[in-house]
Amino acid sequence: MTVDVVTEEPGLALPGWVAVCRVGDLSPERGAAALVGGEQLALFRTHTDDVYAVQQLDPFSGAHVMSRGIVGSRGDAPTVASPMYKQVFDLRTGECLDPAGREPQPLRTWATDVRDGVVHVSRHEVAA
Amino acid sequence: MPQGSPTQQLVVIGGGMVARRLIDALRSRDEAGTWEVTLLCEEPRAPYDRVALTSYFTGRHPEDLALGGQDLWDDPLVTLRRGVRADRIDRDARTVTTSGGAVLPYDALVLATGSYAAVPPVPGKDLRGAFVYRTIDDVADLRAFVEKRRGELDRPVRGAVVGGGLLGLEAAGALTALDMESTVVEFAPRLMPLQVDDGGGAALKRLIEALGVRVRTSTATSKIVGDRGAVSRMEFGEGPALDVDVVIFAVGVRPRDELARDCGLEVGERGGVLVDDACATADPAVWAIGEVANIGGRCLGLVAPGYTMAEIVADRLLGGAGTFPGADLSTKLKLLGVDVASFGDAFAQEPGGLEVVISDPVAGVYKKLVMSDDARTLRGGILVGDASAYAALRPMVGRELGGDPAAYLLPEGSGPAPVGDLPDDATVCSCNNVSAGAVRCAVTEGGCTDLGGVKACTRAGTSCGSCLPLVKRLVTTELERSGIEVSNALCEHFELSRAQLFDVVRVQGLTTFSEIIAAHGRGRGCDICKPVIGSILASLGTGHILEGERATLQDTNDHVMANLQKDGSYSVVPRIPGGEITPEGLIVIGEVAKDFGLYTKITGGQRIDLFGARIEQLPQIWKRLVDNGFESGHAYGKSLRTVKSCVGSTWCRYGVQDSVGLAIALELRYRGLRSPHKIKLGVSGCARECAEARGKDVGVIATDNGWNLYVGGNGGFTPRHAQLLAEDLDTETLVRAIDRFLMFYVRTADRLQRTAAWVEDHEGGLESIRSVVIDDSLGIGADLDAAMAGHVDGYEDEWAAALADPEKLRRFGSFVNAPDRADDSFAYVAERGQPRPATPEERTSGVLIAGTTLEVRR
Ligand code: SRM
Ligand SMILES: Cc1cc2nc3c(=O)[nH]c(=O)nc-3n(C[C@H](O)[C@H](O)[C@H](O)COP(=O)(O)OP(=O)(O)OC[C@H]3O[C@@H](n4cnc5c(N)ncnc54)[C@H](O)[C@@H]3O)c2cc1C
Ligand code: SF4
Ligand code: FES
Repeated sequence: MTVDVVTEEPGLALPGWVAVCRVGDLSPERGAAALVGGEQLALFRTHTDDVYAVQQLDPFSGAHVMSRGIVGSRGDAPTVASPMYKQVFDLRTGECLDPAGREPQPLRTWATDVRDGVVHVSRHEVAA
Repeated sequence: MPQGSPTQQLVVIGGGMVARRLIDALRSRDEAGTWEVTLLCEEPRAPYDRVALTSYFTGRHPEDLALGGQDLWDDPLVTLRRGVRADRIDRDARTVTTSGGAVLPYDALVLATGSYAAVPPVPGKDLRGAFVYRTIDDVADLRAFVEKRRGELDRPVRGAVVGGGLLGLEAAGALTALDMESTVVEFAPRLMPLQVDDGGGAALKRLIEALGVRVRTSTATSKIVGDRGAVSRMEFGEGPALDVDVVIFAVGVRPRDELARDCGLEVGERGGVLVDDACATADPAVWAIGEVANIGGRCLGLVAPGYTMAEIVADRLLGGAGTFPGADLSTKLKLLGVDVASFGDAFAQEPGGLEVVISDPVAGVYKKLVMSDDARTLRGGILVGDASAYAALRPMVGRELGGDPAAYLLPEGSGPAPVGDLPDDATVCSCNNVSAGAVRCAVTEGGCTDLGGVKACTRAGTSCGSCLPLVKRLVTTELERSGIEVSNALCEHFELSRAQLFDVVRVQGLTTFSEIIAAHGRGRGCDICKPVIGSILASLGTGHILEGERATLQDTNDHVMANLQKDGSYSVVPRIPGGEITPEGLIVIGEVAKDFGLYTKITGGQRIDLFGARIEQLPQIWKRLVDNGFESGHAYGKSLRTVKSCVGSTWCRYGVQDSVGLAIALELRYRGLRSPHKIKLGVSGCARECAEARGKDVGVIATDNGWNLYVGGNGGFTPRHAQLLAEDLDTETLVRAIDRFLMFYVRTADRLQRTAAWVEDHEGGLESIRSVVIDDSLGIGADLDAAMAGHVDGYEDEWAAALADPEKLRRFGSFVNAPDRADDSFAYVAERGQPRPATPEERTSGVLIAGTTLEVRR
């Protein structure tokens, strides 16, 4: 892993990770947009307090809105439904579970880690 | 073919709808993998739904027209070659040469090259601005041209369509949808000459003209005159010339049989590759299907017979012996607001036919059934103005109708459609050639338990969709008959329907999602059940929609109390009860819009919409509005939207009651009422009905003695006129009846079911609802009254409440780690003096006037 020094973001800097906010800043079962290294991400906190990070850009509409979708589950998968045209994605992998009649397109995802109540997001996208 | 032998090569030329069906059918049946398929598509995309081409105008993406899934193209035995034309066939060598110079060997070759749009040889046909209407690219070019002209001209763009048939009328409708003036020019003395008779043509002409399209029949186009290379005027055999900017030719199609001609295959006198009833040409290795095939002496310009041919060839390639049964040429015009259908022996050409005709020029309806000489067997018919009986009648062609044929021609809703008795071999879906039996079988033997399953398994209803109501009723009847409970499960998390869930929540007094899903569901919910539960809890008056866990249930619109727009910004609609507003109020709205740089527009609901607000601006905007006496208009909620009014007796010389006063009172009474779908009301001050009250869920029309109450109307996708519930009510009785009607609806309707569908689905229909609402037949009147009183007393303005609560305001931050930083992905362009979202092209070409960094005045 490359070691990366974080300067522009607040909070505890850890190599390769960006401290984004406190877990308490995220409402359970709702998303929030975050700026990480100039990129717009959508963070989600589930009812079990897992935190996921995916791209904020909705690939189907081209608008930056993923954080405003409804959080839920499909079988075992924690999900978010795009607020625009309602495609459903697996929050863990970004996989498109319901393309709502279009060609499926995945979301990019980033690893997250909650340390001492602070949500950290990996600078490096999880390879698809 | 014996197992283990090498795969054979099938080359299909032409990537149209029919080719897709062939390959689908072949791949689903050829389990042994005996054929490897290559599809050559001259167009730059996989086969798409040409029948739905016009919907591409209404802003759809090309990919929305995709036919079926991508899976077929991922199949290793299928190669899709887009943008590749077949140039030559060598029948001796059994090869096809492509435009790229590749030589593909084949064991079997299928020609599915479809048709050209024909262009009549009029002078000027090649000018810029002259189009045909056949492919996505045609439509995209047309749309781009119109947009460009619109920018250059300071008047509406003018268009004309040559040809008044099915396609021409569809195209003319598309032009009006693009806000153009449009004229249809037809050579024959009436529109749709091949489908309707003179009576039907006259009714159709009136309907088309009512859409704002001008019609010139018996008119031959003699010349198109250009100005600097672009279309500017049309001249005719007789009659005045017409100034136009765009001409669309929709005069018919000609089969694309040139490849066949060049390789010596026989073609018909008027074109088309000659095939026998197995779709085989004289060369045993070559087949032709779809519009290019000349079968039984003619080429067929509809998709249904093409699909049948595709199935036959798939069958033959696998050793079967299917033959073409003849074609059903029934058609239905797909033009919103103009209902036209023609089926069977519509022109009574068979001897001894009897015609039953109903013609009502006032209502714009013309209907004709052609019966056998004993008036018992249906032979065909023409329906103009109201084709609701089409789905049920078409399958009855050649069968005894039973009863008085005229009964089938009465207006929608007055007679039951003959579904139960539909014989198994009657075709229900003609696009996909699916019989009633096949639909039933999908339920009884195929294990399908809902409409979606039946569509996937039989393909019924997957093309033009006109048969869907019938298919749905067949499926439901069959499910009920086989004792299968028709599943009304909301989603994978709840087995209950919305109405059942409402009852459970109400009776058990549940107030949180967690309690409800723990007791009655599984998992953590989804975008279907969460908003439903959010709405139920709101209807039951459990407090602010954003309180605690309830906030997690709301769709983004309810969550931020604004309407999400295509670019991720929101719109703001303050309530303007009854459409009445003071000059001061107008100025406040104007100033807010100006200060925040919002696009403003008068809505169809008599109020003002402010567009382009960023999420973090919403509280600031609303603070200004609330401080000036405005409140939420709930444009975002499944709740009361507007009560539309006409000016009524206070000003209007014909008004007999104060319609504005009543509209405002009703709007204030029901504002904020959460419901299964949105609710709209209208109040007109006299029978002239300027408020279009009968197009609303609840419509009130003043009479000399009081008010008439209508229910179950809507506009939208399936417009319905509201039906009379009670007459000459005084205001108090009227309000109580509306209270009960709305509360009964809120409690018992399905998710996203408007009142019209609810009334229709309700056992006993309108009569039964009248007995509950007016006569209190269930004895729940007092309960409904109390629930409504609770709503009225409990009302608070959602926005005012949110502004007073810092916890609720937190959700309006743009970024959790930078709550005031504007999302810099927005980009706007000025148009007619106001901002609008930039198109992707404008973003890349950099013509933007501003991003979001300017706080004021974009
Ligand atoms: C703004 C407005 C168009 C306009 O510029 O005039 C509008 C805009 C939208 N309409 Fe509408 N409708 C608007 C008047 C209408 C009308 C006319 C009317 O109310 O008199 C109709 C037909 C009448 C009716 O509803 O029966 C109408 C029938 C629909 C429908 C179809 C409903 C149906 O039963 O088929 C939808 C889709 C839906 O609700 O599922 C829809 C949905 C929508 C949505 C919410 C689509 C969406 O999800 O983005 C639009 C967003 C609103 C927004 O503010 O961003 N809109 N819509 C009108 C707002 C009226 C208002 O003041 O609240
Ligand atoms: C606007 C519109 C509305 C319609 N509405 C209806 C309706 O409501 N109901 C109905 O039944 N029908 C309707 N039709 C007609 C219907 O679309 C056609 O009957 C159907 O598409 C025919 O399918 P096909 O596969 O035979 O031909 P096509 O869909 O025309 O496909 C042929 C394809 O082959 C390609 N091609 C041709 N030559 C070559 C070559 N040498 N090499 C490679 N590719 C080649 C063409 O580019 C084309 O993509 C409508 C048509 C239009 C244009
Ligand atoms: S405002 Fe209504 S009709 Fe217009 S585009 Fe939106 S949904 Fe369609
Ligand atoms: S009749 Fe067109 S889809 Fe069924």
